Amino acid sequence: MNDITGYIRKNGSVGIRNHVLIIPTVSCVNGVINRISREVPEAVCAPHAHGCGRGGLRDIEILFRILSGLVHHPNVGGVVLIGLGCEVSNTTWLLPLIHDAGKPIEVFNVQTDGGSIETSRKGIAAARRMLADIGCQSRVTVLWDKILIAMECGGSDAMSGVTANVAIGAVSDWLVEKGATVIFGENTEMIGTTHILTRRAKDEQVAEQIEQMITRAEKLTQDVMGERASLVISPGNMDGGMSTIAEKSMGCIFKGGTTTINQVVDYGQAPSEHGLILQDGPGYDGDSMAGLAASGSQLMFFSTGRGNPVGFPAMPVIKVASNTKIYEAMKDDMDVNSGVLVEGRPLNQLRDQMIDLMIRVINGENTKAEVNGMEVLTFMTVQPPF
Amino acid sequence: MKDSVLIIHPRDNVAVALLAMNAGDTVTANGIEPFKTLDEIPASHKIALRDISIGEEIIKYGETVAVSTQMIKKGQWVHTHNLESKRWKNE
Repeated sequence: MNDITGYIRKNGSVGIRNHVLIIPTVSCVNGVINRISREVPEAVCAPHAHGCGRGGLRDIEILFRILSGLVHHPNVGGVVLIGLGCEVSNTTWLLPLIHDAGKPIEVFNVQTDGGSIETSRKGIAAARRMLADIGCQSRVTVLWDKILIAMECGGSDAMSGVTANVAIGAVSDWLVEKGATVIFGENTEMIGTTHILTRRAKDEQVAEQIEQMITRAEKLTQDVMGERASLVISPGNMDGGMSTIAEKSMGCIFKGGTTTINQVVDYGQAPSEHGLILQDGPGYDGDSMAGLAASGSQLMFFSTGRGNPVGFPAMPVIKVASNTKIYEAMKDDMDVNSGVLVEGRPLNQLRDQMIDLMIRVINGENTKAEVNGMEVLTFMTVQPPF
Repeated sequence: MKDSVLIIHPRDNVAVALLAMNAGDTVTANGIEPFKTLDEIPASHKIALRDISIGEEIIKYGETVAVSTQMIKKGQWVHTHNLESKRWKNE
């Protein structure tokens, strides 16, 4: 059975979870979020280190896009937004971007709601009210074309591109065939594959966007790393059997499968096309995950060889170990062992096992990262704070 | 018998060794006739699935990941000593 269920939002999006999200506009009020979290553990709390102190237009654009994207996130049924009052991402500027989210949003500001303790008390009451209100909503059968699934790799090893990402790529192809949308980012891991990805682009415009994205990623890598840029493919990679940057990058991008690339979206931007989508986002796991979540990804596959346990607020993350050793060593963190490919399990059997798990997770089964409470929110900035 | 290599994509002319192999070991994988290695192959490295001539593309993941700089025989180890990047010649 491939039937999937979810919560239909007023704007037509589909959630595979029905969370109340408690989120600050700025790090100064994280203590309020933590206080609410202790009193209302059923809510998903997402403290973060952003919201002020960066004046560049690109950073401000990203800040508002990520906060707005997480409020809009389909797995979120209601939001308690805690502001301060004097921050860049203040609620007055944020509200016009989120009023159409199609879900209850309650807003409090520490400077005008009686200070941190009183604001916490109001936030706790609002979160409890919201949990009761959305608790009566129920799941209905939904179609795959409402599903956006993100593919990520982090803490990779020499087997990540041989086992985990190959298996995830097979799931990606299955999803696209079903009418779902698959997205992946990590533009630094596309370096060396311009000739491959542009050939797979839907049209010339998408091909040009891919070329520009990879050129920028390469230039940034050279600017930031200088002479060490050649370490993008390191002696350790070569010892692991990777001979060229294209081969290393293919091992990463194969997680998106083999279908036509229909769109390139900016960091945190929601796709308007179906099928396979690329996001112009960074390689760092936490930042990449935030961009993919803010785009509306309801679920993420995350391959790891060294063993990264990280999750994300309101977005279930399925951890795919690339080798049996790390799967056994971190069994409480890993959902799938793709190391079985080395032990003789055929790829199509592993793929079907992963599809089965994915459907159970969509329908409500918790991933290890959800059970363990491994979620963290951090996102990309392009300039230092001042 | 357990497969000793993984062929990621049907178009590929190289396979990935799933374990360290010595020269003369038998290569087995789903859908191919078993054959012998000609070199020692470290685990997770590439082995030629057929003869590859000079200048021919090395295909892995169904895509061109390098170009051969030598005649490579079926069963040989494929790595930086007998290929070059199409992209960055000096990497």
